[in-house]
Amino acid sequence: MQLSELWFLLIAFMFTLFFVLEGFDFGVGTVARFLGWDDYEKRVYLNSIGPFWDANEVWLISAGAAMFAAFPHWYATFFSGFYIAFVFMLLALILRGVAFEFRGKVDNPLWKKVWDGALFFGSVVPPFLWGVALTNFMTGVPIDENKEMLGGFLQLLHPFALLGGVMFTLLCIVHGLQFITLRTVGELQQRARVASAKFTPVALISLLVFAAIGLWKTDIFTAHGPGWIALPVLAWGALLLSGVFNKQQRNGLSFLMTTITIIALTASVFIGLFPRVMISTLGAANDLTVYNASSGDYSLKVMSYISLTLIPFVLAYQGWSYYVFRERLKGKDQLEY
Amino acid sequence: MDPLILARIQFASTTLFHYIFVPMSIGLALTIAIMQTIYYRTGNEQYRKLTKFFGTLFLINFAVGVVTGILQEFQFGMNWSTYSRFVGDVFGPSLAIEGLLAFFMESTFIGLWVFGWNRLPKRIHLLSIWLVLFGTVLSAFWILTANSFMHHPVGFEFFEGRAQMNDFFALLKNPQLWVQFPHVLFSAFATGAFFVAGVSAWKIRKKQQIDMFKKSFRISIVIATLSTVVVLLVGHQQALHLMTAQPMKMAAAEALWEDSTDPAPFTVVAKINPEEKTTTNEIQIPYMLSILSFNKFSGQVEGMNTIQAHYEEKYGPGNYIPPVRTVFWSFRTMVFTGTIMVLLGAYGWYISRKNKLETKPLFMKVMVFAISLPFIANSVGWLMTEMGRQPWVVFGVMKTEDSVSPNVTAGQVLFSLISFSTLYAILAGVAIYLFVRTIKKDASQEEAAQVASVDPFDKEDVEIATK
Repeated sequence: MQLSELWFLLIAFMFTLFFVLEGFDFGVGTVARFLGWDDYEKRVYLNSIGPFWDANEVWLISAGAAMFAAFPHWYATFFSGFYIAFVFMLLALILRGVAFEFRGKVDNPLWKKVWDGALFFGSVVPPFLWGVALTNFMTGVPIDENKEMLGGFLQLLHPFALLGGVMFTLLCIVHGLQFITLRTVGELQQRARVASAKFTPVALISLLVFAAIGLWKTDIFTAHGPGWIALPVLAWGALLLSGVFNKQQRNGLSFLMTTITIIALTASVFIGLFPRVMISTLGAANDLTVYNASSGDYSLKVMSYISLTLIPFVLAYQGWSYYVFRERLKGKDQLEY
Repeated sequence: MDPLILARIQFASTTLFHYIFVPMSIGLALTIAIMQTIYYRTGNEQYRKLTKFFGTLFLINFAVGVVTGILQEFQFGMNWSTYSRFVGDVFGPSLAIEGLLAFFMESTFIGLWVFGWNRLPKRIHLLSIWLVLFGTVLSAFWILTANSFMHHPVGFEFFEGRAQMNDFFALLKNPQLWVQFPHVLFSAFATGAFFVAGVSAWKIRKKQQIDMFKKSFRISIVIATLSTVVVLLVGHQQALHLMTAQPMKMAAAEALWEDSTDPAPFTVVAKINPEEKTTTNEIQIPYMLSILSFNKFSGQVEGMNTIQAHYEEKYGPGNYIPPVRTVFWSFRTMVFTGTIMVLLGAYGWYISRKNKLETKPLFMKVMVFAISLPFIANSVGWLMTEMGRQPWVVFGVMKTEDSVSPNVTAGQVLFSLISFSTLYAILAGVAIYLFVRTIKKDASQEEAAQVASVDPFDKEDVEIATK
């Protein structure tokens, strides 16, 4: 394996972890204000992701930085080309981050309402935009021979991409609801189960339509042979099973299934892209690939040594923090947010 | 409007805003870690309360620092894609390592620290805040590794029109990094310490928990004084380095158009006219610039006109003179505020030792206002450093005007500039409101009230369990 291929794999790995981990954070942030009937209940829902969300978000920051370092052209084309989308995503992430911290600091209904709104906006916009972005990665975007992406924000919002956005938001909501069932007890847990049962069928339909259009309009699911259709099928099947387990109140299995759905879906997009990193609609000659967009071998080698040493530690202590806060929130817990 | 100008305004404004919170996070983390360590060692409840009190302020500050940092990392690609393509190979790895090494540590252990008060063993909980501090310091180190490359590019070669890394250790050994990093790190320690000292001074003046806040004043004034002295000493090393690495910045900081006399005097204030390239009405200290630049009582400093001619020969025609007024006045403001900070720190330390804090109300009032001094010094320090490098984005290698994204329109940058400015203005307002509110709250009265009431969660606990 070439170093640039290894770095494509590492970046795909970071994005996958970001979608899995922040996926439930986004989901929880989206549903908390509706699922929690009073302030205390909302706080319990938000505190269920309290110790984790910040570190989960770092997977995005690391993926972005790794892109910058390993594939400067990919980073430059993507971030400048999806300019306005990034503005909205950053506004959302900034609002969400401070809302967690600010919300509980003042005991005033209007204050809480404002930050609940910010939390909702900040949690629902990023998965929608990432769904839109992933879909545009599948269909390709106009990239000229200088590796510059042309056109504005609105061209990204074609119907298929909007469907991708809605589908991904729904996935995150279901994933987040399943996470809540793992972190709470009693009535609060039951409410998440009921909500999940309502959202899962819609998510299943949207994922089915999305995969069908993807199969028909793009080469992503079949780029390396028709066998790879197994991945989107796996994503859909796991989501279906998640719904079944949810009904049986087998929360751990159900959460595992939504996790598999997100992993399989993300993996199928990255595998379908490879060896391209961005597809150009202006001709395959303009595609950005792991070979024409990457940094030099020396730089990649240095980063490989450092990253492959660090990532196991990161995974270990991040995993340990999940272990420390493994207990469900029962009501007497210290609620920080 | 020109997208280049807008992109520069956006970078400058978002960076300056981000940098209000960053040094404060680093400095507060240090002070809090020390307080909690004393609590761990002595079991004195006052130190636990201090840790919690300044911890609340730290978390408000930390949140804003973290969220505004995401934009910092992404706007290279958004607004400066040509730059990103050109230097990503050398510049990007520092950011990637920063993410993996520093951000994960910070964010994971802050979660453990905030939510782990009653859940983690005391020793591990204490370790968490030290690891948060360690993470913020590592973050500063790696971002400055990247920044130092822009001032003093090393460890790279040109390959197919891009800069490619060929020596990672040269980046780590960059002399610019080793004067910049201590300067930034200790000024961050001073920022947090002056904040704690100022807040403690306010509490003492208001007679709220005087005994306890005398303790935090003492800890912070020691850190503040020592850190500021280190900052000044390292600042001198930076000037020496600047003379060889970026003489133009030094000449601009002195508003020196023609070569100086030998020995060179330091200009305290002057009237600068960049259009006519003259500096008049100077008030000068003899020998001082020679000492500053060469560490001796003699030596001539080259003026901007000489360096300009030299650069034209080396880099081709163009204007290589940075915005002189900004660089000149930023430098003076930084040195002036730094000096005041040393004096305030030393005097504060002295009267704290003599246990005379309550008898000096005026000084305590000054210390409250002194909270702003490190922020001023930090901002003008970065203005001087970054403006003084212009017109280069990477010194001698790439100009700022050539590094902007070609496919991003002025309208798009303007939209983003307005959106972020508005949001940042709101964040600033809310953060200040929360700071003032948290500081003003008199915890001694609240505690008395808390003892009287029952645990507010008890009721809900029963309700949820029975539902």
